[in-house]
Amino acid sequence: MIEFQLDTTSGVATYLQLVQQVHQALQLGLLEPGDQLPTAQQVVAQLAINPNTVLKAYRDLEREGLVRARPGQGTFIVRSLPRTDPAAQTRFLGSMTDWLRSARAAGLGPDDIEAIYRTAFRNCFAEGAA
Amino acid sequence: MSFVMEATGLGKQYGRRWALRDCTLAIPAGRVVGLVGPNGAGKTTLLHLAVGLLTPTSGSIGVLGANPADGPVQLRRVGFVAQDTPVYARLTVAQHLRMGAWLNPSWDTEMADGRIEQLGLDLRQRAGMLSGGQRAQLALTLAVAKVPECLILDEPLASLDPLARREFLRSLMEIVAAQRISVVLTSHLIADLERVCDYLVVLVASRVQVAGEVSELLSSHHRLSGPRRDARSLPANQEVIEESHTDKQSTFLVRTSDPVHDPAWTVRPVTLDDLVIAYMSRQAAPERDYRPQLQVMS
Repeated sequence: MIEFQLDTTSGVATYLQLVQQVHQALQLGLLEPGDQLPTAQQVVAQLAINPNTVLKAYRDLEREGLVRARPGQGTFIVRSLPRTDPAAQTRFLGSMTDWLRSARAAGLGPDDIEAIYRTAFRNCFAEGAA
Repeated sequence: MSFVMEATGLGKQYGRRWALRDCTLAIPAGRVVGLVGPNGAGKTTLLHLAVGLLTPTSGSIGVLGANPADGPVQLRRVGFVAQDTPVYARLTVAQHLRMGAWLNPSWDTEMADGRIEQLGLDLRQRAGMLSGGQRAQLALTLAVAKVPECLILDEPLASLDPLARREFLRSLMEIVAAQRISVVLTSHLIADLERVCDYLVVLVASRVQVAGEVSELLSSHHRLSGPRRDARSLPANQEVIEESHTDKQSTFLVRTSDPVHDPAWTVRPVTLDDLVIAYMSRQAAPERDYRPQLQVMS
């Protein structure tokens, strides 16, 4: 069983934070098919959040095919997410570091680089969502 | 869609002063609704009209599809906790429960006694001797043990310390989970509302400034900052809620359902707190509204 955390300063809707935490737990292998998610009542008792929010998060996860609600029993993981490949992580860390060095050599400061990264990140994931 | 509260042109006048004037709103049922706004916006008056403690001077209000002053049946459907969670100081906790059972035909003794026990309240204690948090919990117990369809709470958190606030909200959310009840509450504590509310209404001077699903409000509002530019140069699908400028930089809080692509902007998410403050200040500075200038051109 995992325990949800809440970041109230992030500007990310509560239900999305719950969805993201299940994704992360699946990627890290903390959750596997057959594992049960906390019931809405348990999450409510722990975080003092709206039960509708928990149910909304679980509905989203169900729509993704990651969990299934079994009436009277709870919500269970039915599919795992591929774990991130450690070799790929190392490779991209390398190329990102090279990119940062060349940006720095071109005279860009940390803030410029962060702004570029943020815009590129946004563009990239906006494409994915569209 | 069914509504827990629906008002049309609702007004309440005291002498020459309007406490609420021409208020029109529709709040969906089955939600936990946060009603926020500056002091004097008319929130308490609206709630008192909703529970039948006041009668409207003008307009109409419906609660769960019926007139609030429709008699005992309607009263039974609505649980209300007034500001400062009033209880009878000289009565004991047990006497409050007896009174609740005596006055409410639908009283759920098991639930009421269970909650008091779970909270660890001493039945022989006089309510006047309880802490603020305990008093609020007692008032909440009285309101929910009559098993209403909706619960209306006016500033239930105002006098509570952070721990008591969290405990109160936890209780409230456990009730929502168990009973599928509609809740409308007012508060200035937006961070707390963000935890518990799935629907938000911002009321300023009797007018609804913005209303909607909390998750949808958060995902459709962004803070943009970048090189100075005029609000009129923003795309038509970005509604400017708040703007501020220096000689070089502009910052806008915009509402848009589409992604922001302009690479000149740094885009940041907004918290519910930012959003509420932006809509509250919007009313305070109507002269900053730029739209009339557009019409002059023709």
